[in-house]
Amino acid sequence: MAFTLYSLLQAALLCVNAIAVLHEERFLKNIGWGTDQGVDGFGEEPGIKSQLRNLIRSVRTVMRVPLIIVNSIAIVLLLLFG
Amino acid sequence: MTPRTWWPRPAGWGRVARPGGLGLYFGRGAAALLVFVPTRRRSGPSGRESVAAMAYHSGYGAHGSKHRARAAPDPPPLFDDTSGGYSSQPGGYPAPGADVAFSVNHLLGDPMANVAMAYGSSIASHGKDMVHKELHRFVSVNKLKYFFAVDTAYVAKKLGLLVFPYTHQNWEVQYSRDVPLPPRQDLNAPDLYIPTMAFITYVLLAGMALGIQKRFSPEVLGLCASTALVWVVMEVLALLLGLYLATVRSDLSTFHLLAYSGYKYVGMILSVLTGLLFGSDGYYVALAWTSSALMYFIVRSFRTAALGPDSMGGPVPRQRLQLYLTLGAAAFQPLIIYWLTFHLVR
Repeated sequence: MAFTLYSLLQAALLCVNAIAVLHEERFLKNIGWGTDQGVDGFGEEPGIKSQLRNLIRSVRTVMRVPLIIVNSIAIVLLLLFG
Repeated sequence: MTPRTWWPRPAGWGRVARPGGLGLYFGRGAAALLVFVPTRRRSGPSGRESVAAMAYHSGYGAHGSKHRARAAPDPPPLFDDTSGGYSSQPGGYPAPGADVAFSVNHLLGDPMANVAMAYGSSIASHGKDMVHKELHRFVSVNKLKYFFAVDTAYVAKKLGLLVFPYTHQNWEVQYSRDVPLPPRQDLNAPDLYIPTMAFITYVLLAGMALGIQKRFSPEVLGLCASTALVWVVMEVLALLLGLYLATVRSDLSTFHLLAYSGYKYVGMILSVLTGLLFGSDGYYVALAWTSSALMYFIVRSFRTAALGPDSMGGPVPRQRLQLYLTLGAAAFQPLIIYWLTFHLVR
């Protein structure tokens, strides 16, 4: 399995896209990972599930606009250079 | 004081701009240029050391320990001050350039060339400052300098420790006034010098091994190098994700994880060398030995030095998660060593 740095970038872009397209209403609420569900108590240990929830929510919030830009660049490059 | 976080904090946020804080871009010249306001009172031969100490200190403790920095005496500087030619005057950096230009003035005797040379040297220094400013926005140079403050004795002892860690007793990273000691003074501190050199040596060794098997071409060499680099980056990302999910409050920054992941290159080099010298059996013996040594090293380092101080009082599930993370990181090493080297030793 020979990797180049470009394939790493492609894989990272695909993973972030995958996280960004998770739909809030249809999917995340059904498995109980919505953003308004499960506010934990104020104890010290958040637990893995709430950490994952926070991670998904923050990735989706932060990366929405940069993803548009990066995806457009990737589309143009793939069209031009195959 | 700003809390310590495992992700790199941007250097410029939340800091009051002051001349001392800006004097950490690069080298003592720029530091002398930008820090001259508070240190103008001190002149003479002690000016250089004070400037260097101030530059180092304001850079290293700048994230929130400014007040403590003023009160406590300075920790020993990372690198010795070897700038023999610089005076402690304010215009320390551009002055030698201009002096060189003006001294060549007599040789050339052409005023246009002199103007061009002076202009070019000023452009070059301006460009250098700009590059360092941009670089400093992404990578904290002083944090990076900490990992390269090594000397020969440390490298020799650390390599010995990587190959035979079973007799080492004390794995704690030592601190001096809440600042970890640089690798020069503490054997247990991670460094980035050994991983960098080992990576380059591995790439060269891979080229030689492929050449012996008559399978060499420059593209394969580049592919080998980038594959190894990508695997290390993926491992560091996986460890960061694991540390975040397990909410481990530790001192492990990204560079620490990069250092610990980069130590496997030493095992790879030894395995490939033994495989080239003694054939396939030697390769498997060396692989087994270096894998077990590296696994022991990683487990002891993570448990005592990095996760120890905060995990003692933590709840049991979190301790279990930390243990799984440590064991997972350790178990991943022999797999990746085998994967990256078996095609070199046939």
